[in-house]
Amino acid sequence: MALEVLMVEDNPGDVRLIQEAFRDTDRSIHLQIASDGVEAMAYLRHEGPHAHAARPDLVLLDLNLPKMDGRQVLANIKQDDGLKTIPTVILTASHAEADIVKSYQLRANCYLCKPTHLEGFASFVKSINEFWLTKVSTMNSWSRA
Amino acid sequence: MKDSEGDDMPIEVLLVDDSPGDVRLTQEAFREANGSIHLWVATDGVEAMAFLRHEGAHVRAPRPDFILLDLNLPKMDGREVLTHIKEDESLKTIPTVILTTSEAEVDIVKSYQLQANCYLCKPVQLDAFEGLVKSINDFWLTKVKLPQQTQSG
Repeated sequence: MALEVLMVEDNPGDVRLIQEAFRDTDRSIHLQIASDGVEAMAYLRHEGPHAHAARPDLVLLDLNLPKMDGRQVLANIKQDDGLKTIPTVILTASHAEADIVKSYQLRANCYLCKPTHLEGFASFVKSINEFWLTKVSTMNSWSRA
Repeated sequence: MKDSEGDDMPIEVLLVDDSPGDVRLTQEAFREANGSIHLWVATDGVEAMAFLRHEGAHVRAPRPDFILLDLNLPKMDGREVLTHIKEDESLKTIPTVILTTSEAEVDIVKSYQLQANCYLCKPVQLDAFEGLVKSINDFWLTKVKLPQQTQSG
């Protein structure tokens, strides 16, 4: 069964690098992209063109996003009884302690900083794949409330 | 505080597990993987909360950077320990990872509802157990940004 991953990211270059790195892993992963916070929430709530969207097994969420900020998306996910159990990993360029603490307060499952060089992306995605998508138990079959 | 990988700051890890064999394996695997980990062990839920709240014998206990929590524990269940941690304003930001033998969907769902940061099943094979501890080190204690020790409002 393919794993469903929703990536919320507005930078096309980062999206491309992550897509390619996931493609290089030996896994069947459906990577869906939302390029702003509003689209991410519409996807998760099956609204508009996303009526048939799959429930993600993992959300990769940038903090700085157009329309609706990543912090707001995170708060919305973790306050929604139907969505809060989806592991949500912050993936951002920010190393600021305030962003790290705030994200954990808002119940981010973990906080990762984007690699700063090209080769970093491959090993980075590899570790997400090997840890979150391999070792961690999630409930992929659970309620699509 | 430094913000670079591989600095000399020890990483304080609290392991809450009542199985002496699993504790031993975890200690050995961490020791092999990363010399800068201080691994603290609490063998029941009451002791874990006393450690986290600096009570009794734990007055000088450090604030853990990371917690590994079994679900089935004497005195106070792991689910209750998790609830206490995530309802406490000063403890809730500490990443708390469930490490248990249970593969039951109900335990997985319940743990995420109680805001576990992630849920891992203990492998039964020795090699796999060591491999899992190594991947916890490689991911959580290396790649992930943990909140710093400073108290946050």
